[in-house]
Amino acid sequence: MYSLERPVRGQSSSPKDRLGRKRRTVVSSLTEDEDNKVTTTKYSFLSFIPKNLFEQLHRVANIYFIFLAALNFVPVVNAFQPEISIIPILLVLTVTAVKDLWEDYRRHKSDKFINGLLSCGLFYHRKQQTYVDQRWQDVHVGDFVRLSCNEIIPADMLLLYSSDPHGVCYIETANLDGETNLKQRQVVRDLPQQVCENFHSRIECESPNNDLSRFRGYMEYPSKARVGLHNDNLLLRSCTIRNTETVIGIVVYAGHETKAMKNNSGPRYKRSKLERRLNVDVLWSVVLLVIMCLTAAIGHGLWLRNLKEASFLIPDTTSPALSGFYLFWTMIIVLQVLIPISLYVSIEIVKLCQIFFIQNDVDFYNEYMDSRIQCRALNITEDLGQIQYVFSDKTGTLTENKMVFRRCTIAGVEYPHEENARRLEVYEEDEAMGCSHTLKSRASAKSLSCKSLSCNRSSVSLHTLTGHSEGEEPPSPTLPQQSAFSSPLEKDIVPDPFLVQKLNSLSSPLFLLKDASMELTYIVDFFMALAICNTVVVSSPNQPRHVRFGLPRFSTLSPPHTTESPRSFTRRLFSRGKAASFTPSEENKMLHLTLGACSGLGNSNGAQGPPGEPGADELIYEAESPDEAALVHAARAYRCTLQGRSLESLLVELPGMGSLAVRLLHILPFDSTRKRMSVVVRHPLTNQVVVYTKGADSVIMDLAESPKGAEQSDGRQGHIREQTQKHLDNYAREGLRTLCVAKKVLEEEEYEIWLKRHAFAETSIENREELLLESAQRLETNLTLLGATGIVDRLQEEVPETIEALQRAGVKVWVLTGDKQETAINIACACKLLRSTDQLLTANCGSKEACKALLLELRAEVERGEAAEGTSGFTLVVDGRTLDFALQEDLKGDFLELSRRCRAVVCCRSTPLQKSHVVKLVRDQLRVMTLAIGDGANDVSMIQVADVGIGISGQEGMQAVMSSDFAISRFKHLRKLLLVHGHWCYTRLANMILYFFYKNVMYVNLLFWYQFFCGFSGSVMTNSWVLIFFNLLFTSAPPLLYGILDKDVSADTLIKLPELYKSGQNSKAYLPSTFWLTMLDALYQSLVCFFIPYFANAGSDADMLTFGSPINASALLTILLHQVIESCTLTWLHVLVLVGSALFYFSFTLVFSVVCVTCSPPTNPLGVDKLQMSQPLFYGVCALTTVLPHQLAAIASVPMSLPVKLQGLEVPSLCY
Amino acid sequence: MAPSYNAKEEDGHQPGATGHGGAGTMTNKKPDNTAFKQQRLPAWQPILTAGTVLPAFFVIGLIFIPIGFILIVYGLTLLIDYTGVDMSSPCYNCSQSYSWNNTQSCTCSVHFSLDQPFESNVFMYYGLSNFYQNHRRYVKSRDDSQLNGDKTSLQYHICTLNRCSKECEPYRSSDKPIAPCGAIANSLFNDTLELYYIDPNGSRTAIPLVKKGIAWWTDKHVKFRNPSGNNNLTVVFQGTSKPVNWRKPVFELDPLDSDNNGFINEDFIVWMRTAALPTFRKLYCIIQKKPNNMTPTLPRGEYILEVTYNYPVRSFDGRKRMILSTISWMGGKNPFLGIAYITVGSVCFCLGLVLLSIHYRYGKRNNSAEISS
Repeated sequence: MYSLERPVRGQSSSPKDRLGRKRRTVVSSLTEDEDNKVTTTKYSFLSFIPKNLFEQLHRVANIYFIFLAALNFVPVVNAFQPEISIIPILLVLTVTAVKDLWEDYRRHKSDKFINGLLSCGLFYHRKQQTYVDQRWQDVHVGDFVRLSCNEIIPADMLLLYSSDPHGVCYIETANLDGETNLKQRQVVRDLPQQVCENFHSRIECESPNNDLSRFRGYMEYPSKARVGLHNDNLLLRSCTIRNTETVIGIVVYAGHETKAMKNNSGPRYKRSKLERRLNVDVLWSVVLLVIMCLTAAIGHGLWLRNLKEASFLIPDTTSPALSGFYLFWTMIIVLQVLIPISLYVSIEIVKLCQIFFIQNDVDFYNEYMDSRIQCRALNITEDLGQIQYVFSDKTGTLTENKMVFRRCTIAGVEYPHEENARRLEVYEEDEAMGCSHTLKSRASAKSLSCKSLSCNRSSVSLHTLTGHSEGEEPPSPTLPQQSAFSSPLEKDIVPDPFLVQKLNSLSSPLFLLKDASMELTYIVDFFMALAICNTVVVSSPNQPRHVRFGLPRFSTLSPPHTTESPRSFTRRLFSRGKAASFTPSEENKMLHLTLGACSGLGNSNGAQGPPGEPGADELIYEAESPDEAALVHAARAYRCTLQGRSLESLLVELPGMGSLAVRLLHILPFDSTRKRMSVVVRHPLTNQVVVYTKGADSVIMDLAESPKGAEQSDGRQGHIREQTQKHLDNYAREGLRTLCVAKKVLEEEEYEIWLKRHAFAETSIENREELLLESAQRLETNLTLLGATGIVDRLQEEVPETIEALQRAGVKVWVLTGDKQETAINIACACKLLRSTDQLLTANCGSKEACKALLLELRAEVERGEAAEGTSGFTLVVDGRTLDFALQEDLKGDFLELSRRCRAVVCCRSTPLQKSHVVKLVRDQLRVMTLAIGDGANDVSMIQVADVGIGISGQEGMQAVMSSDFAISRFKHLRKLLLVHGHWCYTRLANMILYFFYKNVMYVNLLFWYQFFCGFSGSVMTNSWVLIFFNLLFTSAPPLLYGILDKDVSADTLIKLPELYKSGQNSKAYLPSTFWLTMLDALYQSLVCFFIPYFANAGSDADMLTFGSPINASALLTILLHQVIESCTLTWLHVLVLVGSALFYFSFTLVFSVVCVTCSPPTNPLGVDKLQMSQPLFYGVCALTTVLPHQLAAIASVPMSLPVKLQGLEVPSLCY
Repeated sequence: MAPSYNAKEEDGHQPGATGHGGAGTMTNKKPDNTAFKQQRLPAWQPILTAGTVLPAFFVIGLIFIPIGFILIVYGLTLLIDYTGVDMSSPCYNCSQSYSWNNTQSCTCSVHFSLDQPFESNVFMYYGLSNFYQNHRRYVKSRDDSQLNGDKTSLQYHICTLNRCSKECEPYRSSDKPIAPCGAIANSLFNDTLELYYIDPNGSRTAIPLVKKGIAWWTDKHVKFRNPSGNNNLTVVFQGTSKPVNWRKPVFELDPLDSDNNGFINEDFIVWMRTAALPTFRKLYCIIQKKPNNMTPTLPRGEYILEVTYNYPVRSFDGRKRMILSTISWMGGKNPFLGIAYITVGSVCFCLGLVLLSIHYRYGKRNNSAEISS
């Protein structure tokens, strides 16, 4: 960390604050250090070889082989010529290096592109006092950067100037997190206009970190005044400027210190379960190797001791024991092939190819979003085939996360919105894929008993609606996936006629209902809250999205409330709502008076056509969360339209009152601890400070205390709360997402006091978050409950089928959601997680003791249920509080024991932290493979904890995707991903690994058997080149192909019979027993391969290489033939590679035996293979040795295939 | 191994059939719907079923059994051990008194008789057992470039600089390079064998033993070469010393044939091709078929093997043998291979029969339930 306090080159200091945390100070400067050049490459041209070597040497396997190579240089133990023993390690290092180089080159290319970007943005040059163009890489900390609309921000910079009169600028963060909605940023407060020419302020901010949502610091003006800086002032690298003509900023973080780069951690590295298993077996191989070498060493010692004065012995003084010791090391070199050196490289190659196939699967392609599956982790493909537990988020994962306003309750009165329900159904029929099961239909089926009130309106809106869906195209071709833009489904809400009637009465002259006016205030307030209590950005489709539009229009809009009458009317209305201190007669008179004036306005409004009709000035709402958009659209349906937003005010159109500018005082944004958000506004009509809060029902209900000193409304509030709670319960049962809306009117003094403390909180650098939270909590008390909304979230297509398939596959599916219990259960029913035959166990308790007792009780119940018949399974439903207790150290055992016996578990009301705790608990305690799938930021921790994390790229940005191993676009893709690709990847890789072991053991044992006939002296009967290449070249390609292309079961069958997945879960393809069976098979085959040539040549005049030649050839043929039998499918590629391998071997040895005159001593192959291949005996031996090992396989297979058929069992695999 | 073509795997879907009409023009990320990328390549399934294994068994049986008979029937071999372990053995005395340093050679005669005449060319081998010519350090102890006629390898002072000498350790004297160096050359088999036919009338006829053509052509002409420059080998090998155990220098190995001296001496070449197993034989000479073709090469009768006993094997319990063998087109007589072929062939055949009967009895029953794979 350094400071740029003085424009002195190289003077970088790292001032530490009181807490010892490092900070950074930035002033505008001429310093040249810390440029914006980004290098994500690992190597430079010169450093590649040393650095890559160094990295590769960190791998244990490589060290082992380098040790072997070095060992071969020791004269007393060397087995081969020195150069030969280097070949394997050299080859492996080279292949890995080439792979690394290729990856690095790709990074280098993108770096070069980015660094060289000559942004048309202008960079202020101090000396010349003008702006000059610069490349991205030449931007430095402390530079001023001027950017225009649609330019990409080159570095993290503080916003100092915006052409917008309100000092606001919009950025699109799609490059960073994939969110396409616009985010608002604002200029540092109280800044002089001429920022660049005489900028003498000092900026202190935190050290570079990777937290995208947090930025703290302050700016000290020359006058020593300090202004707090926060995230709203920061423009992040790689975001795009939108809707703002010019901005100027000062760079605070450049290059690698930018938050974007800090977040870019590259692909993830995880170790798969199979690889852990593999490592165990590699260790077994080492043990085997040591045993073999020890045998040889002891054998050699004994052999030497019994031998006296033989003419073939080279006289030396070494004792037999020492010779044995030397021989041990020689044998390790000779038998090194036993440790599959190329296996690790091969696995990496195979996994890359598997990834290639997964990525190219056309079934994972999403037409609507034009996205395929993204594989971010490259080395855990086979884990997909071993998943035992799936933890799923609900919203956005099981459901569409397309929030549609469904119904609401205001002031204790329920408005069922029957037409709206019908509309949703129509949509579903339009879209339904025939069998798609959605929640909505269930919900509406229930409420169909209520008779709808009016039908005439619905036809109109349905008509407009269809017109819409056809005409609705993505607004800009550059952004084909406008997830932020709502579809007509979300936009066109059909208002409830009864509610419309009530609202209309506001503008109707017949508005005389005495008590209804009270309710009317609630209604108006309710929709007002829906319209403004959010962070929605408004734009218009008529104007291109990327040029500024909203604000000039906004500013030219003269406040339409110049007429005094509506203002005073509503002021009265609202003041009454607040204090309830009006007299009815007065009120009525006022209403008569005012409504006459405002009815005209209302009519003219109405003449524009029904809401939702595509008008010339149709607005587009871009919201961070789809709920918000849904609510704003709902409010709009009732002509309570949010028309524009600036930093300080909102433009809202109210029914009967036209457009009103609402002064926005504060936004207390949503966070997961508070579970609510609030806006503080100055009410345009009453001029009071009003807090509108919306949030989770549980929270708001607790906060909505009866206001003190207002006894009169007390009873009413109580009634409203009671009714609303009842409706909320109903909503939840229907599976709707519920939100409560409340408000609070602040006294001026109250507000002043709060404001002071809030300002302090905002400017403080330390503990800013805590202070802000506290401040928000102080404000959000004593709320008046207005009502609640029910939002429909449709189930994604094929979710029930997918869950059913997963359950049939033996995967336990847990749903972890933050939603209410009733909603969660309902969704669980809808997606067939919960079946009608299931017994539902609910665990809700308030204390730890109760929780313990409950867990035991439920367990007893499960045990009883298991004994009894009739129930197909148990489903446990736990709420967040109980989960807290259950996750504690002493109860987690009971909890796990209980949940293990349940077919499914639903955790509702759980926080992100709890989600990850649950996953971790299950993963660690039950030692199972876990998969977490989610779409939102709240699932990130869970995704990271699980063995396999899957992100759904959907509505809620890309945080989940960024932290995931695989990113899919729909939940249904999980089925094919696990059942087909997971199964394939696992069996392929497992089989390939086993085959590798087989191949190596089989070949090495040939060399080992020979030791018994050469006095355990470490001789080999093969040319050393052939020996080394045997594994590396001649037999390496077929297993790769086997690992990439083999299909034991066809994709259709795997989808049809999810039960087949269980073989992967139980690691059937690669059990320890399978490993040892493979070893035995290899042993047997090597015995055959060695001893048939041995006996055929016993006592003959065969020399060593002549003896070895048929052994090698038949070993090769045996190994290849073994592969053919093990393979389940053979394509032309297989044939090509298998035949190619054999041809390669024979041509290599043949050519080698002709041209190698004095090379490769002492195993000079001159003439050997040429002669051998001209002799019938060679082929006779080869034929016998190749047939014999597989004869056994054939004999074994035929009876095996018979009984299976006899039992009439359908074995759907391609193999049996 | 049934190549059953899987029709379902065929690329049935047409690319773009599922896509929208206008999707082609836009640059979309839709993966290509090709058989390879979608893993739908047409494939053969190597399934071992009764129907496919049975014919294979019968074919193997029918091919292997005749081959086995040929391997057993053809070829004759006679083996005479002349080590002299027993007191009764004619070479007992020679074997007792002998060491490498003896200058006096010891001869012994072994009588044997042939029950069957040997037709066509007869190959005469000497055999050693318990002689580990495949010992790693022994195998290494040679210098191929020296044997290939590399003159620098003959010059001691150059050898010290780089490579050649290490292989030949420790058979290297300090002053002169040894030609040929190394343990293999040093332990060259130096018994002389002569064969006499005893006529029924009692007279001895020496059988002509041809030394030419016992080494591999490639060895004699490519791998082993005398240093060039001078036709007189004595001059070429000047400045070198003979291996320790040798009695004659390398250029005097064959006193009869001057072209068979130096590194290209065929006995030497044969010896240098180290045997694979501790019991081995090496070609000593060829008894060529008589030109008149009327009498067999070696007629039935009594023979004497005259051995000049030089080579010590008793110290490591070795054995020395003389082997006479004829060769068929499959190589020498190979009883093991023959029996193995017959065994495997008949096992296959029998299993084929057994499986056929099983298949015939049970296979029909579930033909209807057969899976359509």
